[in-house]
Amino acid sequence: MTTDQRSFLNSLWDFFCSLKLTMSLLITLAATSIIGTIIPQGTPPQEYLQQISPVKFKLYQALGFFDMYHSWWFILLLYLLTVNLVACSIKRLPHIWKTITQPVTVLGSGLEKSLPNVVSFKAGGEPEALQAKVTALLKAEFAEPVATENDGAHHLFAQKTPWCRLSVYFVHLSVIVIFIGTMIGSLFGYKAFANIMEGESVAKVVTRSEKEIDLGFSVLCEKFSASFYDSGAPKEFRSVLTVLENGKPVPGYEHRAIIVNDPLTYKGITFYQSSYGNAGEYRFLVTDLDGKNAVPVTVPATGSATLPDGSSMHVLETTPDIAPFAPGLSGPAANIEIHGAGGASERVVVYANHPELNIEHAKQHGKGPVIHFKGEEKRMYTGLQVAKDPGVWIVWLGCLLMVAGIFTAFFLSHRRIWVRIQHGTVTMGGNASKNQAAFQLFFDRLADKLKTECSGEKR
Amino acid sequence: MTSSLLFNVTTFTYLVSMLLFFAFLASRAKALGAAGIVTAYAGLLAQTGAIVLRWKESYDMGYGHAPLSNLYESVVFFSWTIVLIFALLDLKYKYRVIGAFVMPFALLGMAWAQLGLNSGIEPLVPALQSNWLLYHVVTCFLGYAAFAVACGISIMYLIKAGSEEGGGSAPAGGLMGMFPPIRVLDDLNYRAIMVGFPLLTLGIITGAAWANYAWGTYWSWDPKETWSLIVWFVYAAFLHARFTRGWVGKKAAWLSIIGFAATIFCYLGVNLFLSGLHSYGGGK
Ligand code: HEM
Repeated sequence: MTTDQRSFLNSLWDFFCSLKLTMSLLITLAATSIIGTIIPQGTPPQEYLQQISPVKFKLYQALGFFDMYHSWWFILLLYLLTVNLVACSIKRLPHIWKTITQPVTVLGSGLEKSLPNVVSFKAGGEPEALQAKVTALLKAEFAEPVATENDGAHHLFAQKTPWCRLSVYFVHLSVIVIFIGTMIGSLFGYKAFANIMEGESVAKVVTRSEKEIDLGFSVLCEKFSASFYDSGAPKEFRSVLTVLENGKPVPGYEHRAIIVNDPLTYKGITFYQSSYGNAGEYRFLVTDLDGKNAVPVTVPATGSATLPDGSSMHVLETTPDIAPFAPGLSGPAANIEIHGAGGASERVVVYANHPELNIEHAKQHGKGPVIHFKGEEKRMYTGLQVAKDPGVWIVWLGCLLMVAGIFTAFFLSHRRIWVRIQHGTVTMGGNASKNQAAFQLFFDRLADKLKTECSGEKR
Repeated sequence: MTSSLLFNVTTFTYLVSMLLFFAFLASRAKALGAAGIVTAYAGLLAQTGAIVLRWKESYDMGYGHAPLSNLYESVVFFSWTIVLIFALLDLKYKYRVIGAFVMPFALLGMAWAQLGLNSGIEPLVPALQSNWLLYHVVTCFLGYAAFAVACGISIMYLIKAGSEEGGGSAPAGGLMGMFPPIRVLDDLNYRAIMVGFPLLTLGIITGAAWANYAWGTYWSWDPKETWSLIVWFVYAAFLHARFTRGWVGKKAAWLSIIGFAATIFCYLGVNLFLSGLHSYGGGK
């Protein structure tokens, strides 16, 4: 390797170890993440094109803005953060490890100058006797010290919670653990969807990328029900499910009610109440203005039907009783939309008990047809979110590690105290990795006690 | 006694407390500072009572849920947590003057809730019927409140640092004499964020756990989730700023203010301007 290459690698290494890079990455991640909260993600292209010009569309698409959290540059930022994290840890850990396992036990003059808290005073008596006094005090008030003799000086060193210096590394490790968990989830898990009619079962589900997945068992929807508060706000959506293996109910998984916030898990696959709908049909009778040529028409709840004159209609909503909405009227009614053959469309309410109103409306709007509502057959289906994620426990492990790490990093402190006894002078110094103000108070009190103890004024 | 009457009392008490702190700032009469803090404590007590009462009222109406379920209740709770965190800070450090920069946030919240928001007690929609709601909302809002306090302190930091640079060398004189030294403000800012960051982290994690429990995905990049992550990135940057040359002092104070602006956007802006799963404030 030439020196040029070596210096290039060195500066590359320094670049990846630097906290300036961390700052830039965190701020860039924060700033760019905003884009995806403003531009809707994963909507079909037509919908974007209604909102923005084709040029903008092309540009955004090239930049991955329509799925930006999975775009190459966003992922790259996350990778850079990971590399930054690992490099920084590799660089610092050996030093931290040494601080913990091989502490400096001798209070030299260089160390003394670097400490924020130092006291020094004269004390008479034998150094051994002084040492014994200091040892006893440190043991009682702080932690058991280790003694070292060096160049005729007696040194004592005591420390508390040295290992808490590792906690930030656990926080950093936790970020990587979470990334690993999400990767396992996206490689070996899936998110899918299934609509199940009441009384029917499914053995396959469809993922978001339109892939069919065989569950290996089937799920039967026995019943779906929705209930509402008086205000009309939804109260509960409930599906009753049974898991079937080879067509037979699995004990313990029969007639299980699932609601929003209370899913069902079987063999690592979880079923969540997500949506519902009506796949039944509506019945109408279509006639001419004079009541002739009556034709029954059924309109599926999820689609539309063609009328004898070539126009088509679909149902917007129905009610079993119109009375609360239209005083003086009663009975079932349907709000429908008719698309004329010429492209025009209109919305109209048609009734079951008021044929005269249906006729009147048809007259006002030309020559018919007249549409009478005849009733409906409800057939509910439940929409289930289906998910399998073998990585989720690793994610939770990472989260636990992160929270524990952050708490110990913030609220524990590595505190160290050194004492040197030399030529009749006692010097004490100390520092703390966190919360220096509290440590200073503690140190000053300890210094006072030490002075009283060593000056021999003890009674 | 109804909770809504007690909330009105709270709002008024916070107003008085804020005015006392302003008067304290202007006059430097110690008694005013003491009166300000006592009033703030009284308001906190009234508000605590009001929240408990509202909780009970919801049971009486047959709904039975913690008062954290719509925009009105969350704004009230936010204001409560701000005063709570300020009270804790005061018990520990006794820098009264901070009240002049924190109580306005609490008052603003209460005034907006009482005057501008629909205060009816409503039943919970299915998506919110979970104990996770309580853990998630409480941790998030305590975190937000700590950030609000940090923001107030950062504003003081910038004012004080600015006046010192501008040659305002009159040591004990003027308004600036009332402010703690910038070294202390910097430290308090860091401490407030040291309280807020773990809480926000817990808030995001409980949110993810809830989403996973209710929908099967712990993270779906919905705007609210993404904004909470943005806030988290900003404060993570703040925490690393102090180890980075060129980032300590004013820049760090600015990060704290930007962090709080992002917090407020995460809390309110997302509901008002963007769309997503979190239904607070959408009116629905
Ligand atoms: C999302 C990513 C990160 C999170 C959540 C995070 C979290 C933390 C936390 C909570 C602390 C303790 C701060 C304090 O004591 O005030 C810390 C310290 C630190 N972090 Fe990070 N960090 C992240 C990324 C990084 C990266 C990429 C680096 C790479 C250089 C880094 C380097 C450091 C260093 C050097 C410290 C100071 C350790 C010390 O006390 O000596 N962090 N980090």
